[in-house]
Amino acid sequence: MILPKWADVVLIPLINLFLALFVSGLVVLLIGEDPVNAMKIMVKGAVGSTYGWGYTLFYATNFIFTGLAVAVAFHARLFNIGGEGQAQLGALGVALVCLALPWPHWTLVLPFSILGGALFGAAWAAIPAYLQARRGSHIVITTIMFNYIAYALLVYLLLGALKAPGMAPESPRFPAGTFLPNARDVFDMLGINFARSPLNVSFVLALIACFLIWLMLWRTRLGYEIRAYGQSEPAAIYAGISPFRITMIVMLISGALAGLMGVNAVQGEAQRLLQDNVLGAGFVGIAVALMGRSHPVGVLIAAVLFGALYQGGAELEFETNVPREMVLVIQALVILFTGALDNMVRGPVEGAFLRLGRRPAPGAAAE
Amino acid sequence: MDLNTLIQILDSTIRLATPLLLACLAGLFSERAGVFDIGLEAKMLVAAFFSAAVAASTGSVWLGLLAGIAASMVFALIHGIASITFRGDQLISGVALNFLASGMTVLIARDWFNQGGRTPPLDYGSGRFEPITLPYADALAGVPVLGPVYGGMISGHSILVYVAFAMVPLTWYILFRTRFGLRLRAVGENPGAVDTAGISVVRLRYSAVLIAGVLCGIAGAYLATGLAAGFVRDMTAGRGFIALAALIFAKWRPWYALGACLLFGLLDAIGNRYQSIELLGISVPAQLMQALPYILTVVILAGFVGKAIPPRAGGEAYVKER
Amino acid sequence: MTTAPAIELKGISKAFGPVQANKDINIRVMPGTIHGIIGENGAGKSTLMSILYGFYKADAGEIFIGGKKTAIPDSQAAIAAGIGMVFQHFKLVENFTVLENVVLGAEEGAWLTPSLAKARKLLTELAAEYELNVDPDALIQDLGVGMQQRVEILKALYRQAEILILDEPTGVLTPAEADHLFRILEGLRAQGKTIILITHKLREIMEVTDTVSVMRRGEMTATVKTAETSPELLAELMVGRKVLLRVDKVPAKPGKTVLSVDNLRVVDDKGVERLRGVSLNVRAGEILGIAGVAGNGQSELLQVLGGIRTGTGRITLNGEEIDLTGKHSDAGTRRARGIAHVPEDRHREGLILDFFAWENVGFGYHHDPKYNRGLLMDNDALRRDTEAKIAKFDVRPADCWQTAKNFSGGNQQKLVIARELERNPDLLLIGQPTRGVDIGAIEFIHQQIVALRDAGKAVLMVSVELDEILSLSDRIAVMFDGRIMGERLPHETNERELGLMMAGITDTDRDVPVQEVAANLGHTVGAKP
Repeated sequence: MILPKWADVVLIPLINLFLALFVSGLVVLLIGEDPVNAMKIMVKGAVGSTYGWGYTLFYATNFIFTGLAVAVAFHARLFNIGGEGQAQLGALGVALVCLALPWPHWTLVLPFSILGGALFGAAWAAIPAYLQARRGSHIVITTIMFNYIAYALLVYLLLGALKAPGMAPESPRFPAGTFLPNARDVFDMLGINFARSPLNVSFVLALIACFLIWLMLWRTRLGYEIRAYGQSEPAAIYAGISPFRITMIVMLISGALAGLMGVNAVQGEAQRLLQDNVLGAGFVGIAVALMGRSHPVGVLIAAVLFGALYQGGAELEFETNVPREMVLVIQALVILFTGALDNMVRGPVEGAFLRLGRRPAPGAAAE
Repeated sequence: MDLNTLIQILDSTIRLATPLLLACLAGLFSERAGVFDIGLEAKMLVAAFFSAAVAASTGSVWLGLLAGIAASMVFALIHGIASITFRGDQLISGVALNFLASGMTVLIARDWFNQGGRTPPLDYGSGRFEPITLPYADALAGVPVLGPVYGGMISGHSILVYVAFAMVPLTWYILFRTRFGLRLRAVGENPGAVDTAGISVVRLRYSAVLIAGVLCGIAGAYLATGLAAGFVRDMTAGRGFIALAALIFAKWRPWYALGACLLFGLLDAIGNRYQSIELLGISVPAQLMQALPYILTVVILAGFVGKAIPPRAGGEAYVKER
Repeated sequence: MTTAPAIELKGISKAFGPVQANKDINIRVMPGTIHGIIGENGAGKSTLMSILYGFYKADAGEIFIGGKKTAIPDSQAAIAAGIGMVFQHFKLVENFTVLENVVLGAEEGAWLTPSLAKARKLLTELAAEYELNVDPDALIQDLGVGMQQRVEILKALYRQAEILILDEPTGVLTPAEADHLFRILEGLRAQGKTIILITHKLREIMEVTDTVSVMRRGEMTATVKTAETSPELLAELMVGRKVLLRVDKVPAKPGKTVLSVDNLRVVDDKGVERLRGVSLNVRAGEILGIAGVAGNGQSELLQVLGGIRTGTGRITLNGEEIDLTGKHSDAGTRRARGIAHVPEDRHREGLILDFFAWENVGFGYHHDPKYNRGLLMDNDALRRDTEAKIAKFDVRPADCWQTAKNFSGGNQQKLVIARELERNPDLLLIGQPTRGVDIGAIEFIHQQIVALRDAGKAVLMVSVELDEILSLSDRIAVMFDGRIMGERLPHETNERELGLMMAGITDTDRDVPVQEVAANLGHTVGAKP
């Protein structure tokens, strides 16, 4: 333990983020734009107006769900790279609930659409989980495969059973009674003017999910068992913790969280099922979980950051020559620096701390 | 189904299997040396873009190929630095590179060509690999069965197709009949044994990763300048992952890799040709055909059809221990 | 004589962070001798040899090979200097053949076939010369540990090593296999090779070495001629003071049978039968010590009893049968039934190294109502309990917010023992109670075990240290090849008899004179355990 806790959870991620942004800045420079100006446009676009905030937090809602999904699995040392497919299935579950009845009011449908999204997402994670736990099939590979299978399944359904009349491969529009209250409506009631955006009550749902996952991981026996199993499988077995049970439960929770993204994306925004309802948010979840050090608070912060990045990126494309793929590049660099090149930063930082003399780790900052 | 249709399907099987095969062998080198590579997709994609871009700008397909290989090797090098030098997570590094390739190619394409993320279309003679007619293809054209099979299926592909198929015996020979191959396989099984024998684990793994870069480079160049006429965004369309699936299917062995890639190429070819096919009176939708490689891989991984045991030291950075 | 020493180390120092692993080490080894290096775990023996083999770079000091100053920056240089090393954990590629392993790194050219052909010839010659017969085409994974070790020696000889270093070579060998190894080493010495034997076993030093160096806490405390020293003297040099060989304890007053094991069998993942019908029982108020060479089924026995592994047979605790394969065969259920378990490997099983001390004190008992309040865990209660245990067992540092990896080996073991013993179990399973534990803590741990037995509890102890077995046990059972070879009372037996039993000489052989059996042993006991 060379590094104090704060350096590990705050300093190093910040350095990593800075490096990712620095390299991104170089890319912007190569395209012939001014990186500082680009940064200004992005920040302004993302958080400079209620419109920007609306989109930023809408994206963040998706990323919180997928980020938590990856983070929970990380605690059990499982790399769930299948958030994309699980979210697609979750979207399907939400859509089936919404299309099932002529729902009169959103408060009636929401519990069921939450259930539908969570169940379908969890079910899609269950098979790779079972194969990992019982047959040792590498979960990274199986979940990647399941992403592709999920896409094929949705295309099949949207060309057949679920297809709306017309050319487009999409489902019919949901009944109006399923529409979730929008941020604008909510703020209107409070007498605050908020621009039109897809931000809806799902954001509150995401915040509740963050809290519940934190509570689960650090305040319950299940969380204790998950973390213990993630640290050492032989030790977990010694303590009477069943690897099969933990792997299944963790992946079901993870899949359910990813599936919940459907509530925001499908019920909250699109109001119909599309071929691609996830738009890469499953993968963004990886970056979010890595940056957030798999802690729900970290995930929340990282998700908002990425939400801002996505919204800012859209503005950037609008105002300059920098296409929105820039966001993908930044995201890739964040994953690269925080996930794969972590030791590149950690080594020198640890060296610096060693030279400064060992500082006592602040004990109580554990959770 | 008549012979002509069959030959057409098999002909396109060979075309579609070629990028898979090259990427699969790339993965084989890397993973046999103990470095997992889920960034095959990324390397193919950057190679596809740079080969098409350079071919379009210079008119030379060979310069394009070199550019593709170089770009792919740069990505391979990043993967090496992250996973070998800094002992980072190999899977995460692969994930990052996949995004980087996906974003970067479109970004640069827009900046250079301003055509919505594609390169200008390439023609034969100016930036595209031309089909090669093998000797006697015309002379044999009249012979029943053999003529169409030789002329329509085996002959008439671009040079890179023949390179890809020649890579199979070559890979086998390198792995199992040379000193380099012995060391490469050893470093993927027990790097400690290699290290204590006085051989550099780092250098061996870098060589393997760079070889993977070269092969993915050829695969990508073939995609953009052989199979298609230019680069379009995300044109690899998951082929890197199918190649990975084929690698597992082949249990990390070269000849089996050929079989797996041909099988997946065939599925692709059938899926391209028919919207749905009748099998034993049941209509099989095209989506199922497309998903079949992934489903088959899951079945293989589940151990229902033989057990796929990856190289023992795969996925782990080497740390000296007493 | 003015022969230059084969190896001379001058002033070698090496630190890992704040830990000084080697401090100003000086050593001279003459050619054609066997030189022993003895010391406790963590004394710095392996670090020193890793420096000599180019695995680590020394912070200071010089190495002379054959009188010539030599830099050894990597293994390549070590091999070039004629040094070969047999590591404690073999460095072999499991799914390669013997021949491929021997050739690896020492190939003749870029093409394999001629290299292999040449190696095959040389291997046959070496095998004949040094009694090192191995099938060159066998896969390593099909060979027993003794054979694998021969492959390691052959690897070194194939590279024309003149100096051979063996790091704890007998840890996994039966006494008979060890004797065979020593004969090989003597043969190598006769051919003029220099051998360095690293061990913590006094018997081996006395038996085979010409000179011996003693290491303690990173320092070289003495170098002496083996013929001019005694085990007692070496032991004292090793630990720095007189060692208490017997633990003070009153005679046992065994009560009713607590644990009864009948015909226990275990088959591992590879289909190998690890326990072949083990039967034993442990009574209240006694310590049953299980002796044996590592890998003869003791670990599996502990694991089945502790609920980590499944098996077949019949086990009863206080007369009630225990579920061995079904839903209730897990470790949690065993704990609830009153079985506490201090595992053999605390890093792998007993502790979560990245958890805080208080989290580790709840480990395995986290379902205990006193650590929970409704759906949530009562972490405050757990911390209070941890502080009490830390105080009682004198764990240092006395800080429940330290992660487990920040404690020394002895304090880690105290944490585990505090957790398990404080449950006041009916039966304590304890494996390698003092492995990697400093001397001070050893006495404390031994006293705690005896105190539990005096409180009328049953203790089943597994240890590879015969001293520990002999001094702590009230009854000794010896395991070999998945079976109990027999039971002895500590005052009626000795190390030699136990050693023979550990090599697989059964009860019925008892009448055969020991010397005769030992003489035959090397030829009759195969390499595969």
